[in-house]
Amino acid sequence: MKDSNKISDKEITDPVIYFNRRNFIRAGILAASAVATGAVYRQLNHPAAGKINTARIEGLTKSATTNAATGFQVAEAQTSLQDITHYNNFYEFSTDKERVASSAANFETKGWQVSVEGLVRKPKVFDLDDLLKISAPEERVYRMRCVEGWSMVIPWAGFSLSKLLSAVEPLDEAKYVAFETLLDPKRMPGQRSGVLNWPYVEGLRMDEAMHPLTLLASGIYGRALPPQDGAPIRLVVPWKYGFKGIKSIVKIKLVATQPRTTWNEAAANEYGFYANVNPRVDHPRWSQATEQRIGESGRRPTLMFNGYAEQVAQLYAGMDLRANF
Amino acid sequence: MNANDLRFARLLVLVNCAVPATLLAWDAGHHKLGANPVNFAILTTGMMALIFLMLTLLVTPLRKISGWNWIIFSRRTLGLYAFFYACAHFLIFFGFDRSFSVSSTLSEMVKRKYLILGSTALLVMVPLAVTSTNAMIKRLGGKRWRALHRLVYVAAIAGVIHYYMQVKADVRKPLAFATVLAILLGYRLIVYLRRPKATPATAPVAKPKLEA
Repeated sequence: MKDSNKISDKEITDPVIYFNRRNFIRAGILAASAVATGAVYRQLNHPAAGKINTARIEGLTKSATTNAATGFQVAEAQTSLQDITHYNNFYEFSTDKERVASSAANFETKGWQVSVEGLVRKPKVFDLDDLLKISAPEERVYRMRCVEGWSMVIPWAGFSLSKLLSAVEPLDEAKYVAFETLLDPKRMPGQRSGVLNWPYVEGLRMDEAMHPLTLLASGIYGRALPPQDGAPIRLVVPWKYGFKGIKSIVKIKLVATQPRTTWNEAAANEYGFYANVNPRVDHPRWSQATEQRIGESGRRPTLMFNGYAEQVAQLYAGMDLRANF
Repeated sequence: MNANDLRFARLLVLVNCAVPATLLAWDAGHHKLGANPVNFAILTTGMMALIFLMLTLLVTPLRKISGWNWIIFSRRTLGLYAFFYACAHFLIFFGFDRSFSVSSTLSEMVKRKYLILGSTALLVMVPLAVTSTNAMIKRLGGKRWRALHRLVYVAAIAGVIHYYMQVKADVRKPLAFATVLAILLGYRLIVYLRRPKATPATAPVAKPKLEA
């Protein structure tokens, strides 16, 4: 009689095939897990990239900037638009330099106004378009040195802040200029965190603010500023660390006493009011003697006043730059 | 788990731990490390070293709580990867940030407290990596080996503080690492405090078990 329960030898999987299948499955698990790990790595750790398509700036000139003594045109290789727009310190959007661009992508600047007020004869709330008409945009190629130890060379578009300040006629009592960034956690998601005391505020001494190098910038590479670089209007003070260049400005106020500044409030022993680039005065936690120029390999020496000593050193004559860092 | 399964599990861990290093090297080769590639690589390898230190410290609590004794196999691999990423972290700093200048590296280290802490973490891991082989465990004896390997706590604490100290303002990530580390070390402290008090005279001589 035939035993129906007995499995014939023919039906048993050949051990060679059995172990092959096992190995096959294992290879599959191995590959799938590696892909999954890779996906997690990519998700958590990817450098930024993207296109910049902001409007071209009309009537941009270089005419006023040909004299080398002005410092308006640095003759060094310019940092790529890609790097300038995807490596940003702008905590209002993200504390991760590689993520600011994506976080700021849809930032709306329509109807932007800047209030210029305080100790002036003609205070005014400017619509952005009116503000930009105060003076024709010039291209200025400046070094930008971040307090973190990296630097760029950036072709800005804008005009000297002095043009705006003169237009509102400062009073004699005005000794400082205080700046303020937009406060709107809905549009600037980084402001929902308490990383810094919002809104971001900065300040300059009157003579620093009136210096021709001090720029009110509305563009880079001949295009309107993308959100991640401080749209629609920002400050550029090339001989100071980058954090002095306050972005997305809504208020400029002329005052009699030294205004408070955000990074100074966050860590007074690390970030001073002046924040002049100075290779001889180290940050308490790292050296400022050298810098990583973005796009170059190896570090280069940092220059006194970021290479603008000829233009600005006299502003600080007799001042102890170690005490007033 | 049979020996064959264990071998496979070991391979699985070995390969997956190498994935971040592989992708980092691949991205570097294709100029896809962003605007500041050196900084990106230093940050990534440092982060990996900390993550692998945490994973290494997770094995023992997880094993004790879950009863999955077999997962102990992964501890050595995870620990060695932590050491590997820490070495890469230091070498990229030394080679690309300091241009292979010993004097510049040393002068930076002396001046910066966070670099002293980072170097401490790395140096402490050297004897642990050297004594990670079966032969070394035998030679040292379980008890001494275990005592030595408690240095991993020093490495982890120094590593997390090293990270915390160089962050400019956003301390959320270093604090997350500190929290995880506090839980992992807190667990060990509680286990230690609640250990049964054995009287030396009657306590049986236990075979050395490999735990740290």
